[in-house]
Amino acid sequence: MTGVREKRDPLARKKLRHVPPELRSRAMHALSARAAQGRFVLQACTECGTATYPPRDACPLCWGELNWQDQPNGGKILSETSIRVSTDLYFRDHMPWRMGKVLLDAGPVALVHLHAALRSNDRAVVRMMTDRGGNAALFAIPAGENDLMSDPQWREFVVPIEGRIALVSDARNAIGRAMVKELQARGAELVVAGLPGPSLASDTTDAVLTLDRVQTIPLDVTDATSVAQAASRIGGPLDIILNTARHVRTGGVSANPHFAEQRRAFEVSAMGFSRLASTFAPMLAGRPNGAFADILSSAALSGDAGQAGFAAAEAARHSLLQAFRHEMRGAGVRVMALFTGPLEDTDHQHIPPPKVAPSRVASAAADALLNGREQTCVGDVAIDAMERWLTDPALFAREKNL
Amino acid sequence: MSRTQAAYSGVAVCAPITVPYQRFSAESAHWWAGRALRQLRQTIGLRAADIDGFCFSSFSSGLDTAVGVTQHLGLTPRWLDHIPTGGASGVMALRRAARAVQCGDADLVVCLAADTNHIDSFRQSLSGFSRFSRDAVYPYGFGGPNATFALITDSYMREYGVTREDFGKLCVAQRANAGSNPLALQRKPLTLDAYMAARPIADPVHLFDCVMPCAGVEAFVVTTPEQAERLGLKMAKILATIERHNAFPEDPVQLRGGWAMDSDVLWQTAGIAPSDVDTLQIYDDYPVIVAMQIEDLGFCPKGQVAQFIRATDFTIGGDLPLNTNGGQLSAGQAGAAGGFQNVTEGLRQILHQPLGDQVPNASIAAVSGFGLVNYDRGVCTGAALLEALS
Repeated sequence: MTGVREKRDPLARKKLRHVPPELRSRAMHALSARAAQGRFVLQACTECGTATYPPRDACPLCWGELNWQDQPNGGKILSETSIRVSTDLYFRDHMPWRMGKVLLDAGPVALVHLHAALRSNDRAVVRMMTDRGGNAALFAIPAGENDLMSDPQWREFVVPIEGRIALVSDARNAIGRAMVKELQARGAELVVAGLPGPSLASDTTDAVLTLDRVQTIPLDVTDATSVAQAASRIGGPLDIILNTARHVRTGGVSANPHFAEQRRAFEVSAMGFSRLASTFAPMLAGRPNGAFADILSSAALSGDAGQAGFAAAEAARHSLLQAFRHEMRGAGVRVMALFTGPLEDTDHQHIPPPKVAPSRVASAAADALLNGREQTCVGDVAIDAMERWLTDPALFAREKNL
Repeated sequence: MSRTQAAYSGVAVCAPITVPYQRFSAESAHWWAGRALRQLRQTIGLRAADIDGFCFSSFSSGLDTAVGVTQHLGLTPRWLDHIPTGGASGVMALRRAARAVQCGDADLVVCLAADTNHIDSFRQSLSGFSRFSRDAVYPYGFGGPNATFALITDSYMREYGVTREDFGKLCVAQRANAGSNPLALQRKPLTLDAYMAARPIADPVHLFDCVMPCAGVEAFVVTTPEQAERLGLKMAKILATIERHNAFPEDPVQLRGGWAMDSDVLWQTAGIAPSDVDTLQIYDDYPVIVAMQIEDLGFCPKGQVAQFIRATDFTIGGDLPLNTNGGQLSAGQAGAAGGFQNVTEGLRQILHQPLGDQVPNASIAAVSGFGLVNYDRGVCTGAALLEALS
């Protein structure tokens, strides 16, 4: 990093980042868990079929049992307002705030965040987002193609890339390299590409690493000193971290264990996650749209007898990620998970298709940021794994370890 | 379908109490409740032993319901009720206490609503108001009731052709009424121009459409005519009452309230018509709700409230004196006591014990309540017709 930025006053009063009111009912948390997956769901009665909102604990028509069902996400705007006065610290920072009431095609009426272009009687598409506190939030946008990013209220629910500064933790592996290229192409002001040692002669001539608005930096997530030095060298604003570091190896527990590989997998996936997260958390927390996006193997969900050490390290990483998400909620930093299966890369030379191109993972990660989606699965293997895990985790764990 | 409502025989409503409101108070709801009882002792000589029924309403009594307040204030009632319906609590307390007295479950019931207003207590009570509000309303801009009623007002204005000027006329009239009430927090005359020029709060709701939260207490006594007589009190009888909760849940927007389900029964039971009413005391958290009650209580046909407002003088000397103490919009909104103000003020006018100017020859008051925005609308409604007993 060049030292062109003027030195900052470390004691200057910083702008506090607030989040919207956070308390919710248990039923609302169940909606948030599904919103985090990008699903548009509402409760519907298992007996009379009526969809209901806000979340309840019994059907208001027949008192039957409710469950969560995917629903059509269209609706008609019934009324609108611009809130100009609020006692809440978060919303006071964003006045006026447009909200409205929508009659959902699914049946119920809902209060929604309202896109600037929408008026009463307009048709709208309602997106199930998560707000800065991580809770499900309905946002009505005009039907059809839109420049959503020009609406400042929309930007509160997503992570813009254009004009932002991002760090890719390991740009030497295939996902990381693709990620650098993707973020640069999507208009990031600067992509800092972390390179674990040893450095290669080709680093200085690599077509991606030498792109305009890309800078390399030595970074080894297994080494706390390296992580601290990287943070110190970046120094200034940092909006987005893409944690692409991983150590993919086969091997079991008692059969063919490779303890050196297992230990390395934990150092990269689990301890590496913690080193990165703890070091960079304060930098992300100071930003208006801070985000930490983590690339995980879907093996984290269930364990995997064929690559036991890697799967265990990824499971530990998933567990740490959820704790980190909890810690960052109060600062409004989005902590996102991208699950993927085997990739078209040197790590998976021995695996038959289907495999996912690294560029596709990178593109999905960028889309996840731009849509503020907390959890994404890329590729058939990861999508299938998540579906099976959500449906019957005990069966899925058994099948993956038969 | 419903059976005929039994007449409220042997019931007297009397002794309206208003302890002067304060914008902010460091005292508790219990303190305010105590002030009202003290005023009852000072004005009519009531002692704890005389009170065998107690009906309490409050948002800010903390851990205590009517139970805790009973012991706190040294009451030993044989009939106790706690009413959680805010703006509808006055009418509801009235009808419950009346039946208790009529049936002999109690001889003298004090109905009392007290709320304090600490600095920042408005924000704090908002965030914990109801489950639906916490889940699905306040995270959308945290505009509080202003935003909820902005959405209702927006729909209502478009649906029925009501203008801001129409709402302004209601607010200006209520402010004029507040002018003679020494206890009203806002008495400075309001012009329609000032109303129209006020800053927007949550469009189309502007500053003078909003009530001012404050601390205060309202109370009244329900007892037998014989007991009222012994105490030397002027009294009124209850002609009829109605109550409804969660009316018209299928309406996507609240353009009508529960009164629309029940007001025919109200007039039929009372044997009078809206034109017989001398003064109208209705819940006025926002002028749109005043307009809605005027329609739904039958003072004009649904959808014609704009013309009705334009043709009617709502001041104390006018053809339909409305919220003659200034209403919550001018006198202040003391939480649940705001839902009692309509009863106490209606009572005062027909007993000819006004705080300010007297409605000439008033003998019949219509009182209406509206309470508790749980999600996107007020859930509780009630109304009562009171007539002075001479």
